[in-house]
Amino acid sequence: MALLEVDDLSVTFARRGQRTVHAVDGVSFSVDAGEVVGLVGESGCGKSVTSMAIMGLLPRQHGTRIGGKAVFDGTDLLGLDDRARRDIRGRDVAMIFQDPLSSLNPVIPIGLQVTEVLARHRGMRGDAARKEAAGLLDRVGIPDPDRRLKEYPHQLSGGMRQRALIAMAVACRPRLLIADEPTTALDVTIQAQILELLKELVHDSGTALVMITHDLGVVAGMCDSINVLYAGRVVETARRRPLFREPRHPYTAGLLGSVPRLDSGRGEPLNPIPGSVRDVLSWSEGCAFAPRCSRRVDACLDETPPLVRTHDGRSYRCVDPVPLPGAVPAQAGPADQSGAPSPEPNEEKTRD
Amino acid sequence: MFRFIVRRLLQLIPTLFGLSLLLFIWVRRLPGGPEDAILGERGTPEMRAAIRRSMGLDEPILVQYGRFVQRLLRLDLGTSSSTKRPVVEEFLERFPGTVELTITALVIAIGIGIPLGYLAARRRGRLLDHLSVGGSLVGICVPIFFLAYVLKAIFSENLGWFPSSGRQDPTIDATRITNFFVLDGLMTREWDAVADALWHLVLPGIALASIPLAIIVRITRASVLEVLNEDFVRTAEAKGLTERTVRGRHVLRNSLLPVVTSIGLLTGGLLSGAVLTETVFAFTGIGAFIYEAIGQRDYPVLLGFIMIISVVYVLVNLLVDLSYSLIDPRVRVR
Amino acid sequence: MTMTGKKERLDRLAELVNRDDERGVSLWQEAFRRLRRNPAAIIGAVILTIFVLVALVGPFFVPYEPKDTIGIREGVVKSGQGIIPGASAEHWFGYDHQGRDVFSRMIVGARQTLLVGVVATLIGLAVGALIGGVAGAAAGLGGRWGRAVDNALMRVIDMMLALPSLLLAVSIAALLGASLSTVMIAVGMVSVPVFARLLRVSMIAQANSDYVLAATSLGVRKPKIALTHIVPNSLAPVIVQATLTLATAIIEAAALSFLGLGNPDTAQPEWGVMLADAQPYLGIRPALAIFPAVAIIITALGFTLLGEAMREALDPKLRK
Repeated sequence: MALLEVDDLSVTFARRGQRTVHAVDGVSFSVDAGEVVGLVGESGCGKSVTSMAIMGLLPRQHGTRIGGKAVFDGTDLLGLDDRARRDIRGRDVAMIFQDPLSSLNPVIPIGLQVTEVLARHRGMRGDAARKEAAGLLDRVGIPDPDRRLKEYPHQLSGGMRQRALIAMAVACRPRLLIADEPTTALDVTIQAQILELLKELVHDSGTALVMITHDLGVVAGMCDSINVLYAGRVVETARRRPLFREPRHPYTAGLLGSVPRLDSGRGEPLNPIPGSVRDVLSWSEGCAFAPRCSRRVDACLDETPPLVRTHDGRSYRCVDPVPLPGAVPAQAGPADQSGAPSPEPNEEKTRD
Repeated sequence: MFRFIVRRLLQLIPTLFGLSLLLFIWVRRLPGGPEDAILGERGTPEMRAAIRRSMGLDEPILVQYGRFVQRLLRLDLGTSSSTKRPVVEEFLERFPGTVELTITALVIAIGIGIPLGYLAARRRGRLLDHLSVGGSLVGICVPIFFLAYVLKAIFSENLGWFPSSGRQDPTIDATRITNFFVLDGLMTREWDAVADALWHLVLPGIALASIPLAIIVRITRASVLEVLNEDFVRTAEAKGLTERTVRGRHVLRNSLLPVVTSIGLLTGGLLSGAVLTETVFAFTGIGAFIYEAIGQRDYPVLLGFIMIISVVYVLVNLLVDLSYSLIDPRVRVR
Repeated sequence: MTMTGKKERLDRLAELVNRDDERGVSLWQEAFRRLRRNPAAIIGAVILTIFVLVALVGPFFVPYEPKDTIGIREGVVKSGQGIIPGASAEHWFGYDHQGRDVFSRMIVGARQTLLVGVVATLIGLAVGALIGGVAGAAAGLGGRWGRAVDNALMRVIDMMLALPSLLLAVSIAALLGASLSTVMIAVGMVSVPVFARLLRVSMIAQANSDYVLAATSLGVRKPKIALTHIVPNSLAPVIVQATLTLATAIIEAAALSFLGLGNPDTAQPEWGVMLADAQPYLGIRPALAIFPAVAIIITALGFTLLGEAMREALDPKLRK
């Protein structure tokens, strides 16, 4: 059985005088122990709200409704009371956020922000906690940890801050780690280091990782399997290689096609997906992606496209999927040649 | 830190000189002079001139100012023309009363304002929130002296719970050391004197606290609401910390930063309010005395007191800045 | 640079600056829309509309001449003996200690109170905006000399701030001698540092914004930038502050009256004067103080509610 089984998760925000927003509209996916799973999509597709709902971090406001299930190791996280949820959070399921500066408390030293997790979940106090915290900082690659423990977030560099946040997240050796755009706010060189660190930690400890990102490069480098989200629903699920080589859902294909590539000719235009995430239909009216889809047929607007499961464990939600190899218009050449979206170093040389 | 304090104090000097010169010329231009206050309608021109000469008022204004500065450097602020006592002495006798009153008001305002503002933010949109937001709006709009009269009429004249005037019951023969009545009583262990002095502080303290209380409630509430939306609070929640730790360590502490700043700015308003409150409750402090000094054209008192108040104001704000840098490590005083 | 070239640049800039968001509403329209949805703003606006109507039209319809001491003439009011009759069918709010009709005085007093508040605020706004505007423009655009000007002006403002506001007002009132215009000037001067600082800070923030950088890089001259872009965009907080200052001005004017520094012509009805005059008779007829006090509180509340609602409506952080 999977470590985390998200089933038909939905989150709606209703505000008086405004249209009810279905931020997450029936998301289902699963994460096995030790697996790295990607949640990919444009901003506004509901990937962050999904993770916040699983963690129980959505503000409990009037009008916010959460439905479905998120079963972690046999318990439904959504059905827990506040106390039980706080016991699991930070201990069994931990989370890393996007903006490391604003995600750290500016007026409290790093040390306390690490040791407070140890105190809460592992009952460590005083010197023992401090030693353990120093060890954690060391493990995430922060040099001179004893000094850093006494420092404040504004005294650390961006990459350092993200490392400190990761140290707090892995302090209790969680079985599941959710990383919400962990590298978006960082410089490219730092991004690579942080991703490398996450890979290492996951590999060493057997922690499962849910990687939330809009960056296909990150997905290609890290994830075992990938869920592509659109308008609050999973539209395609596949292992990494098949997804990149043969995307079936037109949205996935579009995402892959809109990444600039070094091996495309200099004069060739990029292939952006027309329109924006705002141009959606509600899923109940048909396929939410239809207004932007290049493969739209009449059937798209009849009903919610059913999830199609294929024999190789993939699934997609499309009535007219992109045909298998060779026939992907925007994707054909490159996908056939390299099979991987990230540019190879030797290709870079040829450009110079 | 030390250098910061020294620099701020040095910056005070030109401000004080400018302020004193302005005030000096200004006060001297007030229509009428101390001779009118002393002699009234009866004095002959010769008597007037004699008084003016004895006070050095017949010399050019810049000479007068020079003399004032000279004495100021020796911390001598001259002699009151109405009470014939040194200004410094008058000040030391009256300032403690105003300080006690102001501190009482601040304690009330902070003690009630921060918890109330916090609770209002936590219960946003509920009854308590509406009540405290509405109450604080009304609180800002009630003239202090009217509130003081109402409190006096209800709680002292009708119900008789609190004394209606003064700082201490004259029948209590308390020992005076610092003229801080509460402090004196604590030092000499005259507990009845302490209780009586505190008792006299309650009504004027509440009246004076009304506006700062309203402001602190509003600032605290707004600040807590803002901090509750901060990413680091979400991080704290994600760590599974207990609600108590999240609220206390992460929300409340960060919410207090703007409140601390506001306390420095409230000092000026408190001193203004003290003039009105002290007048209503016949409370011996500098507020009421300054008011009298204006009527009496008591130049030395006026100048001296205003200078001292300015220094106090600047020192309070220096203290606020220093304490701010203790709470917020991002603000490093250099 | 030719004139046409300059014009083109300005036009291009105007496009950049004035480009509305996708729904095609400007900052002010959006703010107004949100004001209309805010119950506090509506309550404030209703209070103020009634207040202004009463102040403008009321005096023509008062039942009695507000300065007329009818009660004493008719012998019903003997304040020396503690006899001041209360409300009756003829005199809705009763008589005051001089035998005048309180209801008429309240109505006519509204006009006087409004006048004091508005003129005082305008004085504070004008002087403060002048100082703050010059300092802000100097600091935002002027290099070394600009900074020196800014520094000098801000020192003056700091000195004014170092004095408790009421003492400042009291000194001014004492200096000028008690009169109606003294009250207005004294109360107005108290708000000068607030306006000056506000306008300066908001202008400096605007001067450092990207669109001013864009204008500068397009070659628009500095005074032109200050007038056409920085000042208009800095006005929002100043207008909000003016609304809030109207409330404090009315309260402070009352405080001056209480200290005996108000309008010496106490026959002329004004709420602050009426409140101050009523203090000795609190024991006999508390209503004499309560009517003007409540009127002051409600009016001040109206200005405060509207001002706070405007502040919220214009706050970009709160826009969604």
